[in-house]
Amino acid sequence: MTIATIDRAPTAVPTELARGRGGGGPAPKRIVVAYGFWIFILSDMIMFSALFAAYAVLRGNTAGGPTGAELFNLRSVFIETMCLLLSSYTCGLGALSAERRRPAFFLIFGALTFVLGAAFLFIEASEFAHLVEKGAGPSRSGFLSAFFTLVGMHGAHVASGLIALVYLVAQVIANGLGAAVLRRLLCWSLFWHALDIVWVGVFTLVYLMGAP
Amino acid sequence: MLGRLSWDAIPFNEPLPLFSAVVVIIVILAVLATVTVKGWWPYLWREWLTSVDHKRIGAMYIVLGLVMLLRGFADAIMMRTQQAIAVGDAQGYLPPDHYDQIFSAHGTIMIFFVAMPLVIGLMNFVVPLQLGVRDVAFPVLNSVSFWLTAAGALLINLSLVIGNFARTSWWNYPPLSELAFSPDVGVDYYLWSLQISGIGTLLTGINFVTTILKLRAPGMTYFRMPVFCWTALAANLLIVAAFPILTATFVMLLLDRYLGMHFFTNEAGGNQMMYANLFWAWGHPEVYILILPAFGVFSEVVATFSGKGLFSYRSMVWATLGICVLSFTVWLHHFFTMGAGADVNAFFGIMSSIIAVPTGVKVFNWLFTMFRGRIVFTTPMLFAVGFMVTFVIGGLTGVLLAVPPVNFVIHNSAFLVAHFHNVIIGGVVFGALAGIQYWFPKAFGFTLDERLGKASFWCWLIGFYLAFVPLYVLGLLGMTRRLQHISDPSWQPWLLVAEVGAIVIFCGILCQIAQLYVSIRTRERRLDLTGDPWNGRTLEWSTSSPPPAYNFAVLPNVETIDAFWHMKRTGRAPVKPAYEAIEMPRNSPAGFVTAFFAVVMGFSLIWQIWWLAILGFLAAITVVLIAGWSIEREHEISAAEVAQMERAQLR
Amino acid sequence: MSGSDRLFEDRSPGVEEHEPTASYLSYTVGLGLAIVATIASFVVAQTNLLWAPGVPVGLIVLAFAQIGVHLVFFLQLGSGADHTNNILALAFGMLIVFLVITGSVWIIANLNSNMMPMSMH
Repeated sequence: MTIATIDRAPTAVPTELARGRGGGGPAPKRIVVAYGFWIFILSDMIMFSALFAAYAVLRGNTAGGPTGAELFNLRSVFIETMCLLLSSYTCGLGALSAERRRPAFFLIFGALTFVLGAAFLFIEASEFAHLVEKGAGPSRSGFLSAFFTLVGMHGAHVASGLIALVYLVAQVIANGLGAAVLRRLLCWSLFWHALDIVWVGVFTLVYLMGAP
Repeated sequence: MLGRLSWDAIPFNEPLPLFSAVVVIIVILAVLATVTVKGWWPYLWREWLTSVDHKRIGAMYIVLGLVMLLRGFADAIMMRTQQAIAVGDAQGYLPPDHYDQIFSAHGTIMIFFVAMPLVIGLMNFVVPLQLGVRDVAFPVLNSVSFWLTAAGALLINLSLVIGNFARTSWWNYPPLSELAFSPDVGVDYYLWSLQISGIGTLLTGINFVTTILKLRAPGMTYFRMPVFCWTALAANLLIVAAFPILTATFVMLLLDRYLGMHFFTNEAGGNQMMYANLFWAWGHPEVYILILPAFGVFSEVVATFSGKGLFSYRSMVWATLGICVLSFTVWLHHFFTMGAGADVNAFFGIMSSIIAVPTGVKVFNWLFTMFRGRIVFTTPMLFAVGFMVTFVIGGLTGVLLAVPPVNFVIHNSAFLVAHFHNVIIGGVVFGALAGIQYWFPKAFGFTLDERLGKASFWCWLIGFYLAFVPLYVLGLLGMTRRLQHISDPSWQPWLLVAEVGAIVIFCGILCQIAQLYVSIRTRERRLDLTGDPWNGRTLEWSTSSPPPAYNFAVLPNVETIDAFWHMKRTGRAPVKPAYEAIEMPRNSPAGFVTAFFAVVMGFSLIWQIWWLAILGFLAAITVVLIAGWSIEREHEISAAEVAQMERAQLR
Repeated sequence: MSGSDRLFEDRSPGVEEHEPTASYLSYTVGLGLAIVATIASFVVAQTNLLWAPGVPVGLIVLAFAQIGVHLVFFLQLGSGADHTNNILALAFGMLIVFLVITGSVWIIANLNSNMMPMSMH
């Protein structure tokens, strides 16, 4: 006996309607969830674009205070970038392990992803602390407000991602690699790759174009 | 311990706010007491507050919108009265401080807590039914969306009782909205209330884009979807694209106010014009979010009550998508006078004129649909015809305003106020009211009283023109908007006519309240037993009124546009007899509880009660984590139960 | 269950449908390309390898390359008919990002240039 759910049509549908013209009936849950999360990610990109726009407009408003060229340390930015990029890689390998139902490999790659992401955050937090110490905190000028908010918003997303990773790993340990957890892991990895994409924008437009 | 909160927050020494606050509190307490005494809490909790059914959520959105309409309209009539009497030496009854809060609250409430909920409520109820599916893509998220919107509405209304509201208009421009010039809680009420409800709205956008693109009945290709679903898709794409901009902008202003940053401050390198730019980059798509579903309602209503399919379905779809994309290319027309110069103004002026073209295509399509149709002038159809005349006038004044040199003369005048009320009332409000009249029988199983419906239409129509045509004249005579006192006595006759118009609209609202009361009282005599009271064309009319929780026992196979009309004409029975078990999502308290903690957090942040804000935030996150842990979210309705329910309806 | 899944040919971003070796290869190639492009960005920004006025353009091209690598190799975004919804959504998102950023920069630049000259500051 088949069970009809919100996302499954029990009747057969001609395949010529299914491809491209959208007549295939309700899509399976995994597709629906992934697409919904993809739309959320695009909305997050647009939120970041407003912050990017604010940064672009305010980058010259240093109010007599320090400029980006004086403040940015490109060596640590490079290390941060590599950490995040490698964490995207380990995230991908972890996703593959999860799909192939290999919990041990999944946990290893998950742990590596966490460590790399945490390293990124540690370097970034140190940079922020150092800037504040120097009197170049976010309340010093419009430029610094925009810098701290754009980069900090990305960092807050990374931090949330790490907390969510711990939460999802706990689910895997408790309930195994079932369909629901796999869907959530898929969403998490979409989120993590998207954060690396935003970081490409950040380090290119903020750090590389800001330094001499 | 309690941050900035103290007994001073309650307006004991201000009679008007105090009186309003007392009235509101008494009404709320009376409602809560009635519910308690009658023992309705278990029913309400089980069937409504924790429901994840799109039909229930849609109804709750509309109730929220209609209730907040009363609050927003109260603000309106207070302003009209003040402007009608405070002429020359007379000072009126509203001091400037209150008047400023009232016009700010009026705009904020009408846009965010009346128009948006009404439109989103209609989309919630109708879209899954029209698509021939059982619910939206993410039902629990849908509940969260509604309750976060309600949380925002609650916070704004709290500002009436505890503290004050912003005095900065519904746009909340800096530097006035910065800490230096608005040190009190008003702006914070505005910002947190809208941030919280904004999250809800964004989640709705994600939900509906996914639903419309990924969940449709078998055989329903894109070009067999009803036009209302196309306009809903376009509106929700705009929500997904525009609301993040508003979120980011409010984050920046909040950072200025709470952490002393300098995005929009006067000193240390802030740029106030950037706020206006970003606000309207959201603000213009927002008005299209409001109007596109209204266009969709009218497409359905005009087709049904002309007895004909919609004229030129394809051009309707392309016009809708065109409006969707173009709405992101016109936003500067809200600030031509801010000084961007001729090149920039010319570009946006031209784009603003171009965006009128697809709307014109739609109007002609509706007219051609009516041509040679068998027209029945029910209440929804009256609203449709009233809309076509009124909205076109409003659109024309909009194209006038789109011409930068003209805009320099009438920007921020009463002419502008008349224009946007023209399109919002003539378009969005008429659309929402038409939609409510049209789909009410489907939602509740009985029709609404037609005479009172028609009476309310005529009051709204006549009242609108009486209230706003004088404002067009006044704008051209030089009157600016948001005036608490009128210095030119020659303006008073016009303002008096406008006041009469507001009273006529009030009569329209009274007629609607009466219509609800009378219809509910006499509902046994007006039951909708067929599920198809209007001889409709789309799939929602193939279900019973109200539909069962699962909407369709068997998902329909769609072969054409206007699938139900096709089924009726070819004599196809809408239901196949072989039932299967159906899995439906379980109720969830997640939405209600998350919103509760969101209110706690918002209120604490406004009053700077930091420990409570942190607790509220952690509690809300905990709810999310608990809800996100569950695996078994569905319950099964067995095939036998389905068969039984279907048989009961077919009697 | 997988039978009816095959009927719905949509792909979601991030879901790997190829064989195991092909997908590990995809991620590894992607990583390699991304590392190369990243190093190139830093080199371009900090040395004289690229003609100076061309540096911003070069950086943007490299940024797009890196983003493209992420989309194709990590997010498995393709160009087949089954990816249409995903690509359309991405295109819409990118259009809005472009309009918001370039629109804002253009508008504010014009507004700023029309501001009255500031007195002693």
